[in-house]
Amino acid sequence: MFDSLSDKLDKAFHVLKGHGQITEVNVAETLKEVRRALVDADVNFKTAKEFTNIVKEKALGQNVLKSLKPNQLMVKIVKDELTEMMGGDAEGIDLSGNPSVILMSGLQGSGKTTFSGKLANFLKTKKTKKPLLVACDVYRPAAIDQLHVVGEQIGVEVFSNKEEKNPVAIAEAAIAHAKQNGHNVVILDTAGRLAVDEVMMNEISDIYKAVQPQETLFVVDAMTGQDAVNTAKAFNNVLDFDGVILTKLDGDTRGGAAISIKSVVNKPIKFIGTGEKMDAIDVFYPSRMADRILGM
Amino acid sequence: AGKSKVDESVLDDLEEILVSSDVGVTTTIKIIDRIEARVAKDKYLGTDELNLILREEIAGLLSESENGELESLELPEGKKPYVIMVVGVNGVGKTTTIGKLAKQYKLKGKKVILGAGDTFRAAAVDQLQIWADRVGVPIVKQKMGSDPASVAFDTVQSAVKQDADVVILDTAGRLHNKVNLMNELTKIKRVMQKVTPNVPDEVLLVLDGSTGQNAFEQAKQFTAATEVTALAITKLDGTAKGGVVIGISDQFKIPVKYIGVGEGVDDLQIFNKYEFVDSFFSNK
Ligand SMILES: Nc1nc2c(ncn2[C@@H]2O[C@H](COP(=O)(O)OP(=O)(O)OP(=O)(O)O)[C@@H](O)[C@H]2O)c(=O)[nH]1
Ligand SMILES: Nc1nc2c(ncn2[C@@H]2O[C@H](COP(=O)(O)OP(=O)(O)OP(=O)(O)O)[C@@H](O)[C@H]2O)c(=O)[nH]1
Ligand SMILES: [K+]
Ligand SMILES: [Mg+2]
Ligand SMILES: [Mg+2]
Repeated sequence: MFDSLSDKLDKAFHVLKGHGQITEVNVAETLKEVRRALVDADVNFKTAKEFTNIVKEKALGQNVLKSLKPNQLMVKIVKDELTEMMGGDAEGIDLSGNPSVILMSGLQGSGKTTFSGKLANFLKTKKTKKPLLVACDVYRPAAIDQLHVVGEQIGVEVFSNKEEKNPVAIAEAAIAHAKQNGHNVVILDTAGRLAVDEVMMNEISDIYKAVQPQETLFVVDAMTGQDAVNTAKAFNNVLDFDGVILTKLDGDTRGGAAISIKSVVNKPIKFIGTGEKMDAIDVFYPSRMADRILGM
Repeated sequence: AGKSKVDESVLDDLEEILVSSDVGVTTTIKIIDRIEARVAKDKYLGTDELNLILREEIAGLLSESENGELESLELPEGKKPYVIMVVGVNGVGKTTTIGKLAKQYKLKGKKVILGAGDTFRAAAVDQLQIWADRVGVPIVKQKMGSDPASVAFDTVQSAVKQDADVVILDTAGRLHNKVNLMNELTKIKRVMQKVTPNVPDEVLLVLDGSTGQNAFEQAKQFTAATEVTALAITKLDGTAKGGVVIGISDQFKIPVKYIGVGEGVDDLQIFNKYEFVDSFFSNK
């Protein structure tokens, strides 16, 4: 199904051969292939268009004859540009608060609960923190039980209250509990929600306002397609989140959503999820992601 | 020659709409080529006619199940228990879809049994138990960590004993590139067949409506492991359009049977290809 970008460009590059320079005219076909390759990798259609315009500016006038294969030059321009777009300072997680409150957000099934556990485990084992996991999902069947199982697996306390139906109250009680019991990080797991669900978006906005988290994270499935931009924009409008978590990268998805999200909200991708187990967490490497998107 | 009203810019707009609905480049080009071919024959087309052609061409690529309405969710004769095995990657909505389906069969007066074949994901059995209680159907389960094939065996056996009409088996989410986990699905099928031959009658692959082109590979690998017979697309209550299923249905000849439109027990609909295509053009 998927050709790598180099394969695609090989097909398109006959246009460029025999010309000394990349010009407006001879690059058009190639740029179209670049755009299609990106869209095939789930980069948003508009993002891909904007991106190829940038690439065009960089490519115009470059001397093709100097490089053995012109498509390699083009691939390099594309790759460097992609890497730069997804890069920027990965500032890590802000742990300055006492306790530091970390709020998870995202669509249904994106991996919030699993990532909450992974992050707690990471902070506990790598940063010698004492985290508290908090069950603010009062809707999904067995969501609270799920977080308890996760907490048990990694030896991290879980705060929950099955009688309380208001996640704001749960979050506030959890922070008080954390202060009393020496937890220096509080991770709030929340219910999955659609950006178009006004009631649920208001709910998470209320949690955000009440607890003023040091860190708000948007958790997104790496397999997400064109809609990633809508969702990221909508969550960012409500939460002004600090970073993105890209999950399920142990699959074989190209993961073009990473670029789309970065380009619409300009927030760093802080961690990736690479499996169901609690140690399947890694920091984000822009250049690896660029290779992956391009199928290289 | 007469000039048709379908010019380049109209086709460009169409390409943008289709690609933005996750239809994918290859399928989009296929659709546009077909439309161009028809336009070449019938000249002087207006927007209305174009829309009609578009609906027809896209619908032509989509296999659809026979049932028009949930109320007509008929079970085939002589297949009792009718065993449905539900598969898919992580977090797409398998367990939720099972809860919704169980309710529909129950409403039809069918005796339904759920099988808790996800013994891996944290609290997966508890989650299915809550759905079973909510709908009011029995569930067959074992301890977390036990062999899912053994749960499947127990479930089908218990359905035979109790003369149940429908078995719906939950399975753990798994990424299609994990060979061991895919082999496990094949084993689950094989073990069930020790109770009664030719089960499962239906293998329902659940796809998340917000998934992009990777859904293709999911369909391919799950079909290779389990011979998928039907698709369900979930989470279409959001802004995602789920267009990737057009190419999937076309290539693998698997009908789309259900769509999920919410987290509630009644948020399941029978797939309607015309409504589906129309949703690409609505600004929801
Ligand atoms: N393969 C893989 N699976 C993952 C990863 N992260 C999460 N999952 C799985 O994805 C599914 C959904 O994960 P959850 O953590 O329950 O997702 P959630 O966002 O909390 O879901 P809701 O609370 O229902 O919105 C589960 O089967 C997880 O095991 C990952 O990085 N790789
Ligand atoms: N909005 C919306 N949410 C849905 C729909 N179907 C399922 N969900 C939600 O998606 C999340 C994951 O659903 P599950 O049924 O647990 O998914 P699963 O495929 O069984 O997940 P794993 O067993 O972890 O692989 C839950 O929060 C569900 O409530 C739907 O049609 N619309
Ligand atoms: K939709
Ligand atoms: Mg959760
Ligand atoms: Mg499940």
